[in-house]
Amino acid sequence: MTVTTIGTSHVHVDAEGFLTDYAEWSEDLARQLAAQIGIELTDAHFTVLRFLRSDYAEQGQTATLRRIYSQAGIPIKELFTLFPGKPAKKMAYIAGLPKPVGCV
Amino acid sequence: MSWHTGTNDSDRGSATEPNVRQEVTYNSSLENAMQRLLVLGGGTAGTMVVSKLRRKLDPADWQITIIDQDDKHLYQPGFLFIPFGVYEPADVVRSRHTFIPDRVELVLGEIDRVDADASQVHLADGRQLGYDYLVIATGTTPRPDQTPGMLGPQWRTSIFDFYSLDGATALAGALAKFDGGRVVVHVTDMPIKCPVAPLEFTFLAEAYFRRRGMRDRVELTYATPLPGAFTKPIASRQLGAMLDERKIAVESDFMVERIDADKKALISYDEREIPFDLLVTVPLNMGAEFIARSGLGDEFNYVPADKHTLLSKAHDNIFAVGDASDIPTSKAGSVAHFGVDVFIGNFCQHVAGQPMTGKFDGHANCFIESGDGKGLLIDFNYDTEPLTGSYPVPVLGPFGLLKENTRNHWGKLAFRWMYWHMLLPGWPMPLPAHMSMAGKHQPEQAGAAATRGQ
Repeated sequence: MTVTTIGTSHVHVDAEGFLTDYAEWSEDLARQLAAQIGIELTDAHFTVLRFLRSDYAEQGQTATLRRIYSQAGIPIKELFTLFPGKPAKKMAYIAGLPKPVGCV
Repeated sequence: MSWHTGTNDSDRGSATEPNVRQEVTYNSSLENAMQRLLVLGGGTAGTMVVSKLRRKLDPADWQITIIDQDDKHLYQPGFLFIPFGVYEPADVVRSRHTFIPDRVELVLGEIDRVDADASQVHLADGRQLGYDYLVIATGTTPRPDQTPGMLGPQWRTSIFDFYSLDGATALAGALAKFDGGRVVVHVTDMPIKCPVAPLEFTFLAEAYFRRRGMRDRVELTYATPLPGAFTKPIASRQLGAMLDERKIAVESDFMVERIDADKKALISYDEREIPFDLLVTVPLNMGAEFIARSGLGDEFNYVPADKHTLLSKAHDNIFAVGDASDIPTSKAGSVAHFGVDVFIGNFCQHVAGQPMTGKFDGHANCFIESGDGKGLLIDFNYDTEPLTGSYPVPVLGPFGLLKENTRNHWGKLAFRWMYWHMLLPGWPMPLPAHMSMAGKHQPEQAGAAATRGQ
């Protein structure tokens, strides 16, 4: 685990750059994390991110795309539009949560 | 292919057979004194649970009942071999009741719901069974109905699955008639049971087409929602290289939205298209519907459970074993086996009011068929990804880890005998429940460069 600087914040991250301390996240930080991977956050992005944060606080794990759809009603297609390519991984990165469990 | 647990198609109507006891009768004078253990699902995990607990729990104190919808126990790891004519359907089916020990009641019926507050299970035909402790072992089931277009006119015509006995058998016929074109092997979403099986199918199909002298007329594609061939980096690299060597294209990060049956194409959420002449898909896997109806499941109908003790997070008298729980490891029979070994001790402590001291480590252990009479072996847990090296087993081993050889292939075929004769009856096997690092090569620490969010 290392400490890195994102914008003006010092945060703890893992080898892939995912935040490791839930409390170090803020919406400002999210904007900067998103910018690192070429995404400009809108209200629609924040709806997803806020759901992910609160769901993680309750469940202790990062929600899957299907959970976001079933619990927050956001269609999977929209998640692919908001976070193109690898939505599950990108959302977790921006939300300051662990990468979703790649079930083996 | 690792081996699976639970019952297949666990929500279909019951198929009753006359030689199996149907009625449960409680002796009312004993009912108060007796503790009642009810196990839902007589697949790999449920059968092992009753086999082992019947020896541990005094019949004077404990009544054990197991419920399943039918009397057919399927050896699911064998499904992989049916499309290629290696196994016939009869090789993978036995009567369920022959594996249920004496003094365990087998009830055949469809489960409607669990009333956890009242500690009662309701069957679809109106019967009710009370319990003091409940073990949910109803596994996971392929759900082709969850992807639009999958169950359309091409189902079992040019679209097949091999995770059901019907599907594997139908696919054998389709492969025998296939004379070339685009073959796509596809995984809908994770988790699936036996996550290496689609790769094994791909390797076996490639060898099969080569053996038939038609490999040059078949274009093979492996489409997966994962970023590579497998979930964990070392195994993914090794298995990815094996796909490359065999000229099998990989379409990664592919999340299917629907199947266009007219165009015969998979369409992803990000609007990529993969056309096929023959599609072998692994449909979305979900736990049993009664779990959703009972309010006991997550979005995939898996029961949230403690990953070390397998005790339900919501109810102190419910455990979830095998594929039915949401623990973050493979859905596979090997996991069910190792998990049940830990569960047995924990259960006995829990019902005695003691703290549970067994800690399941997520141990999984799977042979991977790679074609031409060879195979690999992987061995891993929550914390350690599949590594190279060797896996020691007295007499039979050592087996090569992440390395192709014929011994791994024969080990896999020999496993069917061990499954029926040792595993289901709950006899000790020379495979420790907890993963060991003996023989494994430690991964190099260097080269783990940070790659941000991509």
